[in-house]
Amino acid sequence: MEEPANGIEVLGLVREYKKGPRAVDGIDITVAPGEIYGFLGPNGAGKSTTVHVLTTLLPPTSGTARVGGYDVVKEGPKVRSLIGVALQEAALDPLLTGRDHLRLQATLQGVRKDRRKVQADELLIRVGLEDAGDRKVSGYSGGMKRRLDLALALVHMPRILFLDEPTTGLDPQSRTALWEEVARLRREEGVTVFLTTQYLEEADVLADRVGIIDQGRIVAEGTPAELKAEIGRPSVHAIPRTDKDRPRIAEFLSRFGEPLATTRDVAVRLREGLGLTDIVRAVDANGVDIVDLELKAPSLDDVFLAKTGRTLEGAAEESEAEPTRRP
Amino acid sequence: MSSSWPQVGAIARRSVVRTARQPASFIPPIVFPIALMTVNAAGLQASTELPGFPTDSFLAFALAVPFIQGALFSTMNAGTDLARDIQTGFINRLSLTALRDWALLLGQISGVVVLGVVQAIFYLLVGIASGVHFESGPAGIAVLLVYAAIVSLAFGALGAWLAFRTGSGEAIQALFPVLFVFLFISSMNTPRDLIDVQWFQTAATLNPVSYMIELVRSLIIEGWNVQALALGFGFTIVIGVVSIALASRALRTRMTRT
Repeated sequence: MEEPANGIEVLGLVREYKKGPRAVDGIDITVAPGEIYGFLGPNGAGKSTTVHVLTTLLPPTSGTARVGGYDVVKEGPKVRSLIGVALQEAALDPLLTGRDHLRLQATLQGVRKDRRKVQADELLIRVGLEDAGDRKVSGYSGGMKRRLDLALALVHMPRILFLDEPTTGLDPQSRTALWEEVARLRREEGVTVFLTTQYLEEADVLADRVGIIDQGRIVAEGTPAELKAEIGRPSVHAIPRTDKDRPRIAEFLSRFGEPLATTRDVAVRLREGLGLTDIVRAVDANGVDIVDLELKAPSLDDVFLAKTGRTLEGAAEESEAEPTRRP
Repeated sequence: MSSSWPQVGAIARRSVVRTARQPASFIPPIVFPIALMTVNAAGLQASTELPGFPTDSFLAFALAVPFIQGALFSTMNAGTDLARDIQTGFINRLSLTALRDWALLLGQISGVVVLGVVQAIFYLLVGIASGVHFESGPAGIAVLLVYAAIVSLAFGALGAWLAFRTGSGEAIQALFPVLFVFLFISSMNTPRDLIDVQWFQTAATLNPVSYMIELVRSLIIEGWNVQALALGFGFTIVIGVVSIALASRALRTRMTRT
């Protein structure tokens, strides 16, 4: 089989830590050239470990991975020459300016001397840091650091970009700006993007295809639309007037579908053939007192719930209580 | 290899820029040794009356100490900086570039050497301004600056080894008193042959720091003492070679990229 020039191919990848569980437990992934692949999962699911292996920072315990056609174990330097990486911790030097960072990165990546300054100026403009380029990074906000991190990943014009939770902790405005830049890179420059996230919306908006990882295994993979179609049926969410009404409303709604685990409202996944109007009629007929009733199309969280029996939010909380998997 | 030299330069430049932008990391290594020397020179001037003391100016005798003490301070700072890079993940950022391991080490140490030479020039100027006469003349001053670069290289590599080995700035800071003990149990305040306490004299004789100080001291107060130069350069070069070997090995383990 011919290797995709900009693609990523992972077969049976395992990464085991000493005295620890398998952080990555036999995953297979294929990312086509020019595709944005969203790697979705809670904290500690194995996302960052996978990125560390694919970017040559960690050797796999077993399995194979090829990035841009090169084996990540045997051809590390060639892989590194093709990829741009923004790791989860935007490790920047607080004493250097944004421009210092870009100059350092460009030199280390072998960018020609006469191109370094131009490249730095262009990238600072592209990520909206042209006015802050000569300020020390210690004065940057979290969003500015993320944007500089992205600029650094792009210094040598990589064909494949790895972004490990690039928008964690960002305000909505910075998040949207970063999404637009990632989408532009793929659209205009044909860059392949491997993006890890724990935000459903991010995967939904950006990714052509999504792999959902939990406890080191991929539990679902496909386009967001395909994954949601697997779930098929929408859910109905009712907000009770008081907490003590919850059990009664839950019992009432259970006539229309299977209950869903939620914290803010009472919800059921509708049975085949039923719609919102059926429930509204029944609510009126039975005089059930609720504040609001909402029909929701299946989301990636529903896919995660269906595949793992937990919500993505709940899985993250579990993982925070027992953080054992991060590299 | 030729394409790696710009990488060495870039890492060295970063090291110098970082130091220049945090006064707390370059002012103490410059000021504290001079302050200690001034106090010692004032309090121990009477030592020059001892029979066999090699000079009648304790300041000239003590001026050698800041060169070595300053280099020790710089070692700690360089090691701590490197350990911070490991702790913050900056080393991962470097690992993901085309940077070669040896270029990182050489660049880092080059930065320390530049700062070490700048420090040495400052100590020299303080000495000259205080009326210290250099018996070895301008050529001796040149040798002294070359030696300052070699000492900084040796201690810089030692700091890099500690950083790569421990990955912890706190661990490196904790070693600071140990290095100071080496300085104090040396011939820093008294010529070895005039040390009266037997165990102290033995410890000072076994301590390589004594020979480093005596090299600098010989250039200032004696002129050209081949034995002092050979011992000083010899010990420093051995420490440098061992430290570089250890640092290279620790770096390979630390940068576990495939």
